[in-house]
Amino acid sequence: MNVPTGERAAVTVTVNGAAHAIEVEPRWLLSDVLRHVLGLTGTHVGCEHGVCGSCTVLVDGSPARSCLMLAVQTDGRDVQTVESLAANGDLHPLQKAFARHHGLQCGFCTPGFLMAALPVYREAEQLSDDELRVAMAGQLCRCTGYAGILEAVRAAAGIERDEGASR
Amino acid sequence: MKPAPFAYHRPSTRDEVDELLAGHGDRATILAGGQSLVPLLNLRLVVPEHVIDINGLDDEAAEPGEDNGRLTIGPLVRQAAVERSSLVARAAPLLGEAVRHVAHPAIRSRGTVLGSTAHADSAAEIPAALLVLDAEAVLRSKRGERTVPVHELFVGFLQTCLASDEWLVELRLPASDPPGGAVEEFARRHGDYALCGVAAVAAEQTDGSFGVALAFFGIGGVPQRIGLGTLQREALEGDELVAVMHEAALPRLEPVTDVHATASYRLWLAERLGARAVRRAAGLAGSNGSAS
Repeated sequence: MNVPTGERAAVTVTVNGAAHAIEVEPRWLLSDVLRHVLGLTGTHVGCEHGVCGSCTVLVDGSPARSCLMLAVQTDGRDVQTVESLAANGDLHPLQKAFARHHGLQCGFCTPGFLMAALPVYREAEQLSDDELRVAMAGQLCRCTGYAGILEAVRAAAGIERDEGASR
Repeated sequence: MKPAPFAYHRPSTRDEVDELLAGHGDRATILAGGQSLVPLLNLRLVVPEHVIDINGLDDEAAEPGEDNGRLTIGPLVRQAAVERSSLVARAAPLLGEAVRHVAHPAIRSRGTVLGSTAHADSAAEIPAALLVLDAEAVLRSKRGERTVPVHELFVGFLQTCLASDEWLVELRLPASDPPGGAVEEFARRHGDYALCGVAAVAAEQTDGSFGVALAFFGIGGVPQRIGLGTLQREALEGDELVAVMHEAALPRLEPVTDVHATASYRLWLAERLGARAVRRAAGLAGSNGSAS
């Protein structure tokens, strides 16, 4: 693929299970394309250079900073954003855990925390406090509500099990 | 905070990359993991006319490999793959330890080992680990391939000996009988760049002495390998190690003063962390973590 300066590239990307055929300038960041082209404003943009973690999404199942990926790079890939978590208006167990354990205050960092926690929350009960902190250390919360956030990540798998048992 | 316009290329073969670099040279940059490059693009600290995205290359290994007794790492091997590689754990455990100090899972899932190497940041862990492990770098261009020891690769602040038409396609490390190694660093927050850090090897000789080498990072200057020669076990256990470091290692450092720390504090950290890393590399100390 060669895209001259200023021209757009055709990209097919799956976002939250739905295929999108879009045209993007190669310099557009994935974070901006999610928000401005696809209207998925759940992904928050903080520092725009990879430090704060607010824009974290999953790309092919692995966490990635969407401000450090060009949207054109997601051609043929699978992207998952925070909008994928709640199903039919019912919050994901991880989201319920954040609500229950005061895992958010202003909420700006929350989408990034949720997406960073998504690949690890099922193992969180087995992790030591230090291991859990390291697993979540890539996310900044300017309200400094880390204690509640870590409690929430640790509690999510239990909430999920209880929900499964009550169905 | 948005990249300036550039022409985008996503070649599928190494030959196409060679052609693009031969044609666009120093107006082009390689995009691998992007975890150093894209922040620089966002801040417009670099404004390339051409971005050559190598993520579409066919048949590139996603995992470290082994070839003729050498550990080999290709241009699309992510830091996360090195972190969990059993081959790296056996052949170059120090490299695995160094990678675990790099940023966070969401960065390591994208960032590549070769990208960090070519970026040549003197604050980064990976170049330091490669230096003490005597890694070789394979550089490639339309003109052919050449292999250089990594201590020749790093020549200045964010500068390598790569010519404008060359790119880094492989790192090779000795894969048998790895020396004892350790990474120690002091950072304000886990995953941040360290105020000072060090990678050390201590290779036990048949007579029970140790061949010792260090490479500091985060302190300033160019990443460099500092050999301390062969030291007896008693020297490592006692004050002699610190004396040798004051003589042979610390004078070669160029510590910087900035908003995070003074040069003299960084030098103090270098002495303490260096001694700690060498002792742990030699299996002499119980320490198993960093000071961060």
